[in-house]
Amino acid sequence: MYTFSNKLRTAAFVLMIVGALGLVYGFLSAPSTVAEAQEMVAGAHHDEGHDAAEAHAEPAAGHGEQAHGDAHGEESHGDEHGEHLLHQLQNKPWAALYVAAFFFMMISLGVLAFYAIQRAAQAGWSPVLFRVMEGITGYLLPGALIVFLLLALSGFHMNHLFVWMDPEVVAHDELIQGKTGFLNVPFFLLRAFIYIAGWSAYRFFSRKFSIAQDTADDDSNFKKNFRISAAFLVFFLVSESMMSWDWIMSVDPHWFSTLFGWYVFASMFVSGITVIALITIYLKSKGYLEHVNDSHLHDLAKFMFGISIFWTYLWFSQFMLYWYSDIPEEVTYFVTRIEDYKLPFFGMLVMNFVFPLLILMNSDYKRVNWFVVMAGIVILLGHYMDIYNMVMPATVGDQWFIGAAEIGGILFFAGLFIFVVFSSLTKAPLLAKRNPFIEESKHFHY
Amino acid sequence: MASKVIQALYNDDDVLMSAVKRVRAAHHHIEEIYSPFPVHGLDKAMGLAPTRIAIASFLYGCVGLTVAVTMMNFIMIEDWPQNIGGKPSFSFIENMPAFVPIMFELTVFFAAHLMVITFYLRSKLWPFKQAENPDVRTTDDHFLMEVAYEGNEEEIRALLVETGAVEIKLSEKH
Repeated sequence: MYTFSNKLRTAAFVLMIVGALGLVYGFLSAPSTVAEAQEMVAGAHHDEGHDAAEAHAEPAAGHGEQAHGDAHGEESHGDEHGEHLLHQLQNKPWAALYVAAFFFMMISLGVLAFYAIQRAAQAGWSPVLFRVMEGITGYLLPGALIVFLLLALSGFHMNHLFVWMDPEVVAHDELIQGKTGFLNVPFFLLRAFIYIAGWSAYRFFSRKFSIAQDTADDDSNFKKNFRISAAFLVFFLVSESMMSWDWIMSVDPHWFSTLFGWYVFASMFVSGITVIALITIYLKSKGYLEHVNDSHLHDLAKFMFGISIFWTYLWFSQFMLYWYSDIPEEVTYFVTRIEDYKLPFFGMLVMNFVFPLLILMNSDYKRVNWFVVMAGIVILLGHYMDIYNMVMPATVGDQWFIGAAEIGGILFFAGLFIFVVFSSLTKAPLLAKRNPFIEESKHFHY
Repeated sequence: MASKVIQALYNDDDVLMSAVKRVRAAHHHIEEIYSPFPVHGLDKAMGLAPTRIAIASFLYGCVGLTVAVTMMNFIMIEDWPQNIGGKPSFSFIENMPAFVPIMFELTVFFAAHLMVITFYLRSKLWPFKQAENPDVRTTDDHFLMEVAYEGNEEEIRALLVETGAVEIKLSEKH
């Protein structure tokens, strides 16, 4: 049995508190009137490019006066522009919260999909890692409920993350009007509820059968788990695809992409596998995973490597098709990203593709803990940036910044994730007993 | 260089593996092993150095990428930068997405083909090569181990019989 070390528990709480403070600061510093918003932008806007904005943790207050002078008529754009700006700035802490909440939810969802694939494929190497995966998917229900709550709050007009939820906007937008059959709040929340219920039900029963198999005297629980895993994968592919349209793509209700679901899937899958590898390395270093050897790590690192390339393939396929055809109504999605988000948009390609490609290509490096940890951290940050690049341009536009609210969101959910995952790891032995493949898995070597 | 070798035939790969370990433990030099199929772990048991063909392949891939970039940069950007359907041919980076499929394919092409040719060269394989097979049964169901002969035939023969060899003969090294 795993015992949650006090150090780690404290660290999780510290992360949560620091993160919550960052988020609170983000919400408190959001402007509440148009004038305030314009004041904020005038102070920070014109003295540095947005690419450089990351380097400057705080828009220096002293610059305000001088920048005010050459701010070319930010105030004179009229009310509509000011209103838009206000919405963007008010969205910032919400979007930061939403991106971080979604990111950590998607990690555990990715792990759940990986786990179901291992079960359905009857993989012989991974059963010693099943309990680690089950521990990580423990975050799925709370994490998904938080996302659901945020979606519901958007539905109750607490923020402007989803423009199609604003009746004012829809009234003047025929494109969105044509989509209201799908994009309306009750149906949206109902769909979200169905996805979450489906995922959580699979997680609940699979975990139940997995633990029951420990003390069973036949393999019926194992077989049941095999069947529900296969069924879940069918449900997952449909629900994940629709979830990505609902929760991510609909922040840009004028834009659509057919491979978007796969793209989001690749992102969650590789993040999930990376987290399995990181937590496995952590538990192994604490002496809890007796039967895990460097061949298991090698396999996980191979998945990290392969799915990183798969993600890139989808990213590029999506980007290149839009870029090549350059159809104005579709390509604006990438135009705004390249104009306003150059560094995060292309920077994530380096983090999610070039770095893992070069680091994890070597077979020997895939067995070295610190190499995998280093690659894993870069991959996770890169996929946070991926979600950030999907959500932010539509919600905060060129007002993006990685500041207190964004970092606070990451820290808060990282703390919550660590707390929930390691708590659920304590609830069952870390080695599944009587799994028909467990002996093979213990002696796995590559 | 021994001009004569002792050839021991085995009919099971597990027996062969333990024989290899015994013979190496007794410090006899194994010249060569002939097997009808890959025996997992045999190279490790024989103490063969790991292959470097993957490294060669990576370098060939880099060559392929360079060829693709240089070729398209010269043709599409430098030599005759036409306006083809409005694609920006002012600089390589502006038009790069259109080149990526070719860059990818040429990288794979070079990495794969040059690696295969390297394999043929290093293992001395070509279409009209004379087969170097000491015993035809090794392509079907027997394994053959060649141990260097240094005038101690009886000693090696005793060891090989002990390891489970089904047939042992002294032969000229060809």
